[in-house]
Amino acid sequence: MINLLRVEGVSRSFGDRRALTDVSFDVPAGRMTGFVGANGAGKTTTMRIILGVLAPDSGTVTWRGAPLTRQARRRFGYLPEERGLYPKMSVRDQLVYLGRLHGLTAEQARANTTDLVDRVGLTERAGDLVETLSLGNQQRAQIAAALVHDPDVLVLDEPFSGLDPAAVDTLVTVLRERAAAGVPVLFSSHQLDVVERLCDDLVVIAGGAVRAAGPRDELRAAYTQPRYELVVDGDLGWLRDQPGTTLVDLDGARAVFDLAPGHDDQRVLHAALDRGPVRAFRPVAPSLAEIFRELTQ
Amino acid sequence: MTTFAAVRLVAAREIRVKLRDKTFLISTLFFLLFAAGSAILPALLAGGPTTVAVSTAADADALRQAGLDVRPVADDATAERLVRDGDVDAAVVAGPRVLALDERPDDVVRALSTEPPVRLLDPDALDPLAAFLVPFAFAMTFFFTSQLFGVQIAQSVTEEKQTRIVEILVAAVPVRALLAGKVIAGGVLALGQIALIVAVALTGMRIADGGGGILPLLGPALGWFVPFFVIGFVMLAALWAVAGALASRQEDIAGVSMPVQLAVMLPFFAVLFLNDNPLAMRILSYVPFSAPTAMPLRLFTGDAAGWEPVLSLLVLLAATAGCLAVGARLYEGALLRTNGRVTLRRAWRDREPIG
Repeated sequence: MINLLRVEGVSRSFGDRRALTDVSFDVPAGRMTGFVGANGAGKTTTMRIILGVLAPDSGTVTWRGAPLTRQARRRFGYLPEERGLYPKMSVRDQLVYLGRLHGLTAEQARANTTDLVDRVGLTERAGDLVETLSLGNQQRAQIAAALVHDPDVLVLDEPFSGLDPAAVDTLVTVLRERAAAGVPVLFSSHQLDVVERLCDDLVVIAGGAVRAAGPRDELRAAYTQPRYELVVDGDLGWLRDQPGTTLVDLDGARAVFDLAPGHDDQRVLHAALDRGPVRAFRPVAPSLAEIFRELTQ
Repeated sequence: MTTFAAVRLVAAREIRVKLRDKTFLISTLFFLLFAAGSAILPALLAGGPTTVAVSTAADADALRQAGLDVRPVADDATAERLVRDGDVDAAVVAGPRVLALDERPDDVVRALSTEPPVRLLDPDALDPLAAFLVPFAFAMTFFFTSQLFGVQIAQSVTEEKQTRIVEILVAAVPVRALLAGKVIAGGVLALGQIALIVAVALTGMRIADGGGGILPLLGPALGWFVPFFVIGFVMLAALWAVAGALASRQEDIAGVSMPVQLAVMLPFFAVLFLNDNPLAMRILSYVPFSAPTAMPLRLFTGDAAGWEPVLSLLVLLAATAGCLAVGARLYEGALLRTNGRVTLRRAWRDREPIG
């Protein structure tokens, strides 16, 4: 039985507005799948459908090859876009309660709560009412609430928004651990640098349709243009006249340029070496932000 | 985990939170003090046996036997002065004549006279005071409890919506388990509070040694009041939960719950004002919203036949089942719509299918 979460041909409308059109992608076990898209692209709607909070008009979500049941979903961990915990309950009571609602025994729930509260750095505040915590600490409690029942699958909507850098690092460590233990992790974010750093796979959604999905490195390779960075000791003004090159950026001794098809990058390197020492020469991979811009244009 | 286990968890949380809520604890304490006070105060105010100053030894014995507080004095003038000064309630002087300030001291007069024997033909007939107080107490109990705990159920539903924790809950347990848990918790707390208040009131009466006599009379009506109360409460609680689900913020609850409040208030006043009109009471005792107060009342006054409470309870049960079914659908339809007030029609028709 393979731990694969699969979204297949999911469509959903709200009244006349079509929110999702034939959305399909996989969230494989043991991998962190980043879900990126502009505001209103359909990330939250997709996640709510996965969690069964919303029903699709058509299409299915399967887990381990079978349509999702409530019993299976109870083993999911969910961080909704709009955060919320009971304001007048202590962090500990709240986590124990949510753990038990997700099917843990009282002892398990208490043990997991103690561990998690420690992991997210809330041990000292565990007995405090949620409403007395700072927003950052509420966010930590919220993340603990998604993890308290050792979920089989994690679906996190913008888990990093509102976190300080230290909390982001903690969360990244925790998520990586869960992924390494074989849990499929799907997380959305509009902070593309975080996604770039963190995800193994990527799903790009725009206007309610998936524009690209697959391993991050494959996507990057597919969208990599033949672009290079060259650093020398002298001046690189001669690059303008080098056949096949188009300058993207020139700053005296450093230049970034594109190479037209059919031209050999090594010829450019030789040309540079003929003029003096070369300090750096390397292909430039586009950042996720650039790929994203291209995909969603 | 079964739905039943989920219901139990939800109900247990509601109860635990409520038992730690200061407002709830203070209001309960207030009710208890009020119950104890109203049981004990009348006896305290009555202030013990009448004191009577007596100048003749012959009368003193008769008065003592009647349980009065006898103060022998030397002469009639002293007796009169004690009465005028307010040191005693009355005096018996030579003659014998009875002296008092502004009110005829019946107990003193009775002690000095011979009464003809009296035979009561209907010794169990109701004390008119009890006949007035008991219906009032039943109606008040149901009215205040269903209102108080109903609002709390609605608030707790809205809180989950407002804080958006509802999405996590709905992803984990069936929506109906949430609804059932809240209704059950409200019922347990309401009954618990009433039981506590009744216990305190009865203890108070026993201490004051005055009102124990009404309890045997109340027995059968009280026995019926419990099932009527429980089922009627569940019916209203389901409606309150719907009101809470329709609101998006705590401030909306008052407006949204107006129909439910009327469904509690109108029967309350109808029973209060029409309780000596047999036809009206007969009708009210079958209308589901007023049955929980009207039927126990008719049983108390003894003008309901044995089969009537059974029939009325069945009607109430059917109405409650209907309210629960309709309420559960509306609750499901409204719970996840978090942007603004939800109309009843929208909650019913465009019920958001939950996957």
